[in-house]
Amino acid sequence: MVDAVVIPLLKIVIVLVATLTAVSYMVLLERKVIAWTQARLGPMRVGPHGILQPIADALKLMIKEDITPARADRWVFTLAPILAMVPALIVYAVIPFGPAVEVFGRPVTLYITDINVGLLYVVSVTSVGVYGIILAGYASNSKYPMLASLRASAQLISYEVAVTLTLVSVVLVAGTLSLVGIVEAQREAHVWYLFAQPVAFALIVIGGLAETNRAPFDMPEAEQELTGGFHTEYSGMRFALFFLAEYANMIVVSSVATTLFLGGYLRPFPNVAAFGVLDIVPSWMWFLLKSFAFLYFFIWIRATLPRYRYDQLMRLGWKVLIPIAIANLVVTAIVRVLLVARVGADG
Amino acid sequence: MGEVVGFYVLATLILVFAGLVITARNTTHSVLFLMMDFLSVAALYVLLGAEFVAVIQILVYAGGIVVLYLFVVMLVNLKRPPESYRDPRRQGKLGVVLAAAVLVEMVAVAGYSRVAPAPVAAAVSPVVGNTEEVGWLLYTQYLIPFELASMLLLVAMVGAILLSKREL
Amino acid sequence: MITETHYLVLSAALFAIGVVGVMVRRNIVVVFMSIELMLNAVNINLVAYSHHLQHTVGQVFAVFVIAVAAAEAAVGLAILLAFYRNRETVNIDDMNLMKW
Repeated sequence: MVDAVVIPLLKIVIVLVATLTAVSYMVLLERKVIAWTQARLGPMRVGPHGILQPIADALKLMIKEDITPARADRWVFTLAPILAMVPALIVYAVIPFGPAVEVFGRPVTLYITDINVGLLYVVSVTSVGVYGIILAGYASNSKYPMLASLRASAQLISYEVAVTLTLVSVVLVAGTLSLVGIVEAQREAHVWYLFAQPVAFALIVIGGLAETNRAPFDMPEAEQELTGGFHTEYSGMRFALFFLAEYANMIVVSSVATTLFLGGYLRPFPNVAAFGVLDIVPSWMWFLLKSFAFLYFFIWIRATLPRYRYDQLMRLGWKVLIPIAIANLVVTAIVRVLLVARVGADG
Repeated sequence: MGEVVGFYVLATLILVFAGLVITARNTTHSVLFLMMDFLSVAALYVLLGAEFVAVIQILVYAGGIVVLYLFVVMLVNLKRPPESYRDPRRQGKLGVVLAAAVLVEMVAVAGYSRVAPAPVAAAVSPVVGNTEEVGWLLYTQYLIPFELASMLLLVAMVGAILLSKREL
Repeated sequence: MITETHYLVLSAALFAIGVVGVMVRRNIVVVFMSIELMLNAVNINLVAYSHHLQHTVGQVFAVFVIAVAAAEAAVGLAILLAFYRNRETVNIDDMNLMKW
């Protein structure tokens, strides 16, 4: 009973609370990092060094008036932010934060579940996230959100092709779709897949930036062209959901990229005894550190690079990333077959 | 017990959403109900132990095909309501009667035909796990249909691009 | 106890709803969606039998059906858009000429 129901429920609650806290503090981190880049201080008023700013923001958004535009499609208008948020949260069900550990004498795995089709689950759930954006634009009954949502969905669908093709080459190397299996395969291989699949890693980083609508690919929210993007007509908690969904998606992309390419919860040089001293840092700490480095990279990029033009974005996606992804897949497959043949001849 | 509850809940959801798909006045709402329907069907596949098909269902149907429908509905910006003109020769009521006849027939066939008892699990492939089994069959026994399906998708892609050119 | 007959009846009902949609609705987008419902009904059958017979081949065929459905949706919606550009309508009852 405890093992089947209580522990999974506890894990789900802990992951959700931790994620939502992390998401709200991501907003603060982003403001701080961008401020430092621009030689400013960022939020300083609420709490020491603005540490309580997310709580103030949340309170403000909760007591704000929640406006539904006239002639908007009411049901869909309410549904859209929910559809944007839910996929971003349920992806965490398969992300491994660590291996099995002992908690109060009971073996507990540091992931909610490990399913046979883990990576496909991640891809399919995130592909449903595009509904939130399309429906927000449609239901607002306003031209800027409509334009932004068409841009955003075209962008998401284009880059999804490249990202999915890239993920296939990682699956080829690991030989499994389970995320825990992929991490353990990296332990077996003594090396992070960053070094086995450098091209794939670069593709995932670029595609991840585009999938989360982050700078330099933040066309759907280009203030100068589209006022506020697809959530122009949203206010109060419904706007907050869109805002949080964007950051939750960033955390998803960095967690998945960490799991696939940076060895997930493994320490650097996994399984190499000479670096055993690194084991004093617990495995989930390694995972958090790597994900955090990824998120910092995202913010750094936003503070550094100017925005792409829309046609450049489409050209990059279709004429550069997808051909490279396919070439990478073919090369990976050939190398894999040759290696397997050689191992087979040896054995 | 869990299977029974799961089946009835999902079956109700599937049929209710399917009914809403064909009755909703607003086409966008129809598309949304279709997405909900496909997600419920995916859950039913999980209940049947077919995780791979369930995930493919979400990925291809909910994440791909239905998005395409949504795009088309938004592009087809109608000046007059789509159902304004009605062909007087159309026999809608007869259509419902025929559909009911189809339903009765299929239920009768399902109810009266004796389904062979489940054979002992025959090992179809040397691998374990749902995804691996599907993959094994696709690349060994059903290799030619698999290649034909990829040809079909390629032809469909070329056809769709050709059809959506401005000057047809 | 849920037998495969339950799944057959469910799939028959879903198929019949699809048939009603095709027969009654005049918006071609809804007609297309009804066809997708019917394809899903077929898939439920295939996967239910795969479960019953403990053999994966039903799921393999479900994957083929999904591939065909994707091709059908792409070409069908492209035809629809081409038609819409020429005639400004998506009403099936307006589609009564072979040539215009």
